[in-house]
Amino acid sequence: MIEILGKTNIDFMGKRYLAFVFSGVMILLGLLALVQIWRGAANLGIDFAGGTAVQLKFDDPIRIEDARKVLESRGVRDAELQEFTQDNKLLIRVKAATTIEEKIADRVVAVFNTEFPQNRFVVDSSTEIGPTVGLKLQQDALIAILISFAGIILYIAARFEFRFGIAAAIATFHDVLAVLGLFYVLDKEITLLVVTALLTLAGYSLTDTVVVFDRIRENLRARRRDRIETIINNGVNQVLSRTIVTSLTVVLVLIPLTLAGGEMLHDFSLALLVGVIVGTYSSVFVASPILVIWPGSEGRLLKRG
Amino acid sequence: MKRVGGRLLLLGVVVVLSIVFFLPSYPALYGRLPAWAKSVLPNKGITLGLDLQGGIHLVLQVDEDRAVEIAVDRAVNAVQELLTEKKLVVESVKRVQPTQIRFAFQSTDTKSQIQKLVDDAFPTFAETTATETVLEYELRDSEIKRIKESAVNQALETIRNRIDQFGVAEPLIQRQGLKEIVVQLPGVKDPKRAKALIKETALLEFKMLDEASKLALELPQRVPKGKEADVLKEFEGKIPEGDEILFEKLVDKDTGRESRVPYLVRKRVMLAGDVLSDARVSIGQFNEPYVSVTFDGRGAREFERITSENVKKRMAIVLDNTVYSAPVIQERIGGGRAQITGSFTTQEANDLAIVLRAGALPAPLKIIQDLTVGPSLGKDSIEKGIRSTLFAGALVVFFMAFYYRLSGVIADFALALNLVCLIGSLAGLNATLTLPGIAGIILTIGMGVDSNVLIFERIREELRQNKPVRLAVDSGYDKAILTIVDSHVTTLITGLALFLFGTGPIKGFAVTLCLGIAINLFTALVGTKVVFDIANRRKVEQLSI
Repeated sequence: MIEILGKTNIDFMGKRYLAFVFSGVMILLGLLALVQIWRGAANLGIDFAGGTAVQLKFDDPIRIEDARKVLESRGVRDAELQEFTQDNKLLIRVKAATTIEEKIADRVVAVFNTEFPQNRFVVDSSTEIGPTVGLKLQQDALIAILISFAGIILYIAARFEFRFGIAAAIATFHDVLAVLGLFYVLDKEITLLVVTALLTLAGYSLTDTVVVFDRIRENLRARRRDRIETIINNGVNQVLSRTIVTSLTVVLVLIPLTLAGGEMLHDFSLALLVGVIVGTYSSVFVASPILVIWPGSEGRLLKRG
Repeated sequence: MKRVGGRLLLLGVVVVLSIVFFLPSYPALYGRLPAWAKSVLPNKGITLGLDLQGGIHLVLQVDEDRAVEIAVDRAVNAVQELLTEKKLVVESVKRVQPTQIRFAFQSTDTKSQIQKLVDDAFPTFAETTATETVLEYELRDSEIKRIKESAVNQALETIRNRIDQFGVAEPLIQRQGLKEIVVQLPGVKDPKRAKALIKETALLEFKMLDEASKLALELPQRVPKGKEADVLKEFEGKIPEGDEILFEKLVDKDTGRESRVPYLVRKRVMLAGDVLSDARVSIGQFNEPYVSVTFDGRGAREFERITSENVKKRMAIVLDNTVYSAPVIQERIGGGRAQITGSFTTQEANDLAIVLRAGALPAPLKIIQDLTVGPSLGKDSIEKGIRSTLFAGALVVFFMAFYYRLSGVIADFALALNLVCLIGSLAGLNATLTLPGIAGIILTIGMGVDSNVLIFERIREELRQNKPVRLAVDSGYDKAILTIVDSHVTTLITGLALFLFGTGPIKGFAVTLCLGIAINLFTALVGTKVVFDIANRRKVEQLSI
């Protein structure tokens, strides 16, 4: 038997206040990001904010300063440029201030055609989204997320107890906020794909939390005389090796995807990678401690399947 | 002793079904199958999303209000013709509000005649104002609603016709909400051309030039491209009632420079594109492409009448308010044919023929969302995505086998089973695989590994308590399964909510997630267990875990 960890007995619950401080900071950061998104001040992808994005693939390297200069001189202002140097790719984004009828994408292509005639390129992708579409997409995503949260709390409340449901929801929310906050700090663009990653990590984090809860429930039934803190600590320790092995395998999947999955997958995999780590952390240090500080009436658990 | 035969059979059937459903998604193999096999097997597999194979995704909005205006304009034209026919003299007939027609006249005698005429011929209009010299009619609400409704349907039909003729494999053209149309064209090589083809209103009209007015001589010969508005401004107010200024587009063959020629054209439409029966590209004597159109019976008769009444006059051929040419009618033209010449390339002529054949859009379209992915990016992302996913998968397989030994190999087998079933069922549902969909697959694979890890860790715990192997496996399984079910059902709830309330890419993610979870439960509860049960039959003393 190869084991990363043998039988452990770490006092996780004793460190809960330290963890709360750490998580509090991350949640605040995430909330800040949410407020900025709501205000429209965050780096929202054009699929949400509306606007135009054109990605060009050049034959030869192109300097980003030159590109910006010619775009501005030809009247394409407020463009954000990002380069992927390894493939000579250039991403040009113009946010929603303009309407789609102006055909920014065509203009950008025309500018590069005339200004850099010796450096040929192909249009990798071009996206134009009217502002109303982005708004509708935002609302749809929000509704879907709220409803799924309500569903989760109800199911866990039915299978465990209400406080378990709330704790799991808080932990999941914590993870999503943490990654959102990180992306905000890194000034990464929040696109629909990143939101998908957030949903994916919410699913992962939830699974992880339920696994820990399951063990805690089992222990609550078996050893009712112990202190609640001890029972929860034991539960967390018992599933610790599983938690680590699982997280490790998922991290193993995500590292190659982040490093070599191409520019479309990069941000997505990065969000998941961070999310898996935070999700593992939150099951132990957020969801479980909430059960300690909110003991509830344990008798109910014994009657339920 | 547990019976395993039934479960083994079930596993076998599932795997075979998955492969059968997947087959059409892999043309290299599917193409080699004999014809009889193809006729029995499903013929449609997984479609790659636009983000993976390149293509266009458009959301178009039909300008319904404009459709109503156009309908009212037509009614005004028809009324004018009727008035001329009945020799009724009125000062003016015009559309005032988007939905109103105003008649101005002198005598009360005319008034009653107009009222009778409108009531008889245009029951969709209701009288709103009636004074001694003015009559106003408004389009009824029910009719406005009908026009708007049919505008969207008609636009949908027209776009479908055009795309069919353009030739795109597996296009998706459907209505979304009340007035939006979604068009998805996978694998299109020339997105700009396809977009132009969809968006063109393609309203073909034959109108007479107003050569009698002095203004026609005052118009400049030619203006540079982009200066059209200046010309319109200069002559604003001077344009005679019932006339308008339209421009012809000219391209210099040598320099490629564009210019515009203004014409003073009568607003009255002599003949419109709805009387066409065919449109084809031909090549003229100087090797220049032109479009020859054929009128239907009614159109041919009308065209003959118009040309015979207007010999030596100039007629403008107008498409979407742009003059293509304004030839002088040399003689009466019978036979129901006409030519549209102009400065265009063969491809442009080709596209023009397509839109003329497919018919005009009832109203202009507005593109409110436009996602275009070039084929190279799609290929790039597939290649990189697949390479890194394979590499990642190999890492996991190796890790499981290393950490859990033989049991790890069983888990790897379960993982493979998982993937086969997932891809098979996606193919069976003819699902479209997109990047978010792949994200869903990654998550479910993670969960699949997790299920096995949970089981193995539980078995290890039981083994540590020195339980015999068979007992340890059974009780480890039983305990782990509760956890697995709980964690999967919670995630399934998320997936269902996203499926029901999410849109577009989020929905794609939800589909793979929900399917993946169901398959996970199956492989963990049936797949892995059956292998352990078989092993247990041999009374194993030591478990490689």
